[in-house]
Amino acid sequence: MSALFGLIRKEVYHILRDRRTLVVIIAMPVLQVILFGYAIRTDVDHVRLAIVDPAPDPKTLALRQRFEAARVFQTVAVLPNSRELEPLFQRGIAQGAVLFEPGFGERLGRGVPANVLIVGDASEPNTGSIVQAYATAVVQGYEQELSRGRSVRIVPTIRMRFNPTRESSNLFVPGLMAFVLTIVSSLMTAISLTREKETGTLEALLVSPLRPWQIIVGKVAPYIGVGFVSVLGVIAEARLVFDVPLRGSLSLLLIEGLLFILVSLALGILISARTSSQRVAMMGALIGTMLPTMLLSGFIFPLESMPLPLRAISVVVPARWFVLVARSIMLKGTGLAYLWRPTLVLVAMAAVLLTASTRAFHARLEG
Amino acid sequence: MNAATAIECRELTRRFGGFTAVDGISFDVRAGEVFGFLGANGAGKTTAIRMLTGLLAPSSGRASVAGHDVSTEAERIKRSIGYMSQRFSLYEDLTVRENIRLYGGIYDLSDRDIRERTDRMLARLGLEQTADAFVRAIPLGWRQKLAFSVALLHQPRVVFLDEPTSGVDPITRRQFWELIYEAAASGTTVLVTTHYMDEAEYCDRISIMVAGRIAAMGTPAELKQRFAVPSIDDVFVQLARAPS
Repeated sequence: MSALFGLIRKEVYHILRDRRTLVVIIAMPVLQVILFGYAIRTDVDHVRLAIVDPAPDPKTLALRQRFEAARVFQTVAVLPNSRELEPLFQRGIAQGAVLFEPGFGERLGRGVPANVLIVGDASEPNTGSIVQAYATAVVQGYEQELSRGRSVRIVPTIRMRFNPTRESSNLFVPGLMAFVLTIVSSLMTAISLTREKETGTLEALLVSPLRPWQIIVGKVAPYIGVGFVSVLGVIAEARLVFDVPLRGSLSLLLIEGLLFILVSLALGILISARTSSQRVAMMGALIGTMLPTMLLSGFIFPLESMPLPLRAISVVVPARWFVLVARSIMLKGTGLAYLWRPTLVLVAMAAVLLTASTRAFHARLEG
Repeated sequence: MNAATAIECRELTRRFGGFTAVDGISFDVRAGEVFGFLGANGAGKTTAIRMLTGLLAPSSGRASVAGHDVSTEAERIKRSIGYMSQRFSLYEDLTVRENIRLYGGIYDLSDRDIRERTDRMLARLGLEQTADAFVRAIPLGWRQKLAFSVALLHQPRVVFLDEPTSGVDPITRRQFWELIYEAAASGTTVLVTTHYMDEAEYCDRISIMVAGRIAAMGTPAELKQRFAVPSIDDVFVQLARAPS
């Protein structure tokens, strides 16, 4: 046992004395949260609005006036028909549109419900929700003003373009946790194990009475600690600086985090077992773990809007399951009762990968 | 096998697929002997050492090290041997003292033993002043000597040195060999591989491997006489040129 402890202590020295890496590990999550926090801002103004008014009348002009007066919106075009709208959306000139039906004012005058169609570009999720929320509010405000004493109804219909379900952008924190853990667990483990291979110290450990599992545990245990600290840091910063909610159980979140750390560590060991230089290990970890975590976990790009083949691939990306679990815990307050399925997937992945990585390590001994 | 035999090898063989890296080698090394293990790159030295240190299972044949069978008692062998490779076996970002403590712990020495042996080792190497310096900061020759002493820290019965002096200047090599003699004199068996033929002359006995087999074995004087050449270098070149 003291042999293992000595091994862990040595690894902690490695981490603490490699100042540059240490700074990267500590500063990166903090910077990432700030970067993502401000890049995906929830308050947006000057949403570029196009108005389609085929038959202007006093009522449509009055409502248009209200849209122009709202700080949130900036009218970029007034069109006579909806055909010209599509290119504006495609080129990103318009982020939202309000379409009046012909005879809007006349219907209101007759006391018949008048229709207005609100379209939002939801490929930017926030803009999508803002168009929906504020445009509806503007329309309803006008409706209330008109309806004094009379029965007036304006029926807004909402349509979202490009990404109809509008994933909320608060979701970046769970994804970020997955990303940070991947870096600390997979990348750092792969690099530190291959470094020992390169320098020859691994050989000295292998001919020692240490058992392979002790060597592995001694190598990776400190990185579990580092990963945990990073996750706590990200959660705290997200709460304090950006008010990202943590509605579910913190301990469940940390346990799931630990599970994900184990999966990532196993991947790191696997990568290092197949590579012999730090540079190759770094590339392997980058392509094998970090890119999938960035691109295929739902962290940045919603899985729902991916083509089927990519969604199929994402099933084997551990981060996809962790992001799902972390989002549910943090944003919806979901408990294990509803999360056992993805949790089981993570447990299975951890079991398979840990077995495979220990095997790979043994195979190296034999080879 | 008796207590005076430290390494006993009988028809030891290792195949990788269709390739036979070590082809039925047999030899004995007496306790306290300095045994030179020579051969060109790819002759099978490293594979043989990996089998003798319990890292690699033999395909056939048998061998025992310090009285333990390599096939069945690999774990006990690991406790009885020391190992130092051509590549460096110390951690450069740990201090001299931390490296010693790490390996002491790995070999289950008590804290008191580690402290005592550390002090003794540092005094013998004249490294007291640099005990708390990072290993990367001390000269290569000293590091090599330190690595050797660390490999002997747990007082193994047999120590394997895989090209321990590569890249070291002649004076340091000389000093290094004094350490080897010291260890042998105190009863430790030394099996050493080298590419320096002058070092081969320092060994009690040497074996020369060619293509997985032992092509010649004996004291340096015997071999020079048998091949009627003035140096081990010439013996080596003759054998390597005409593989048996």
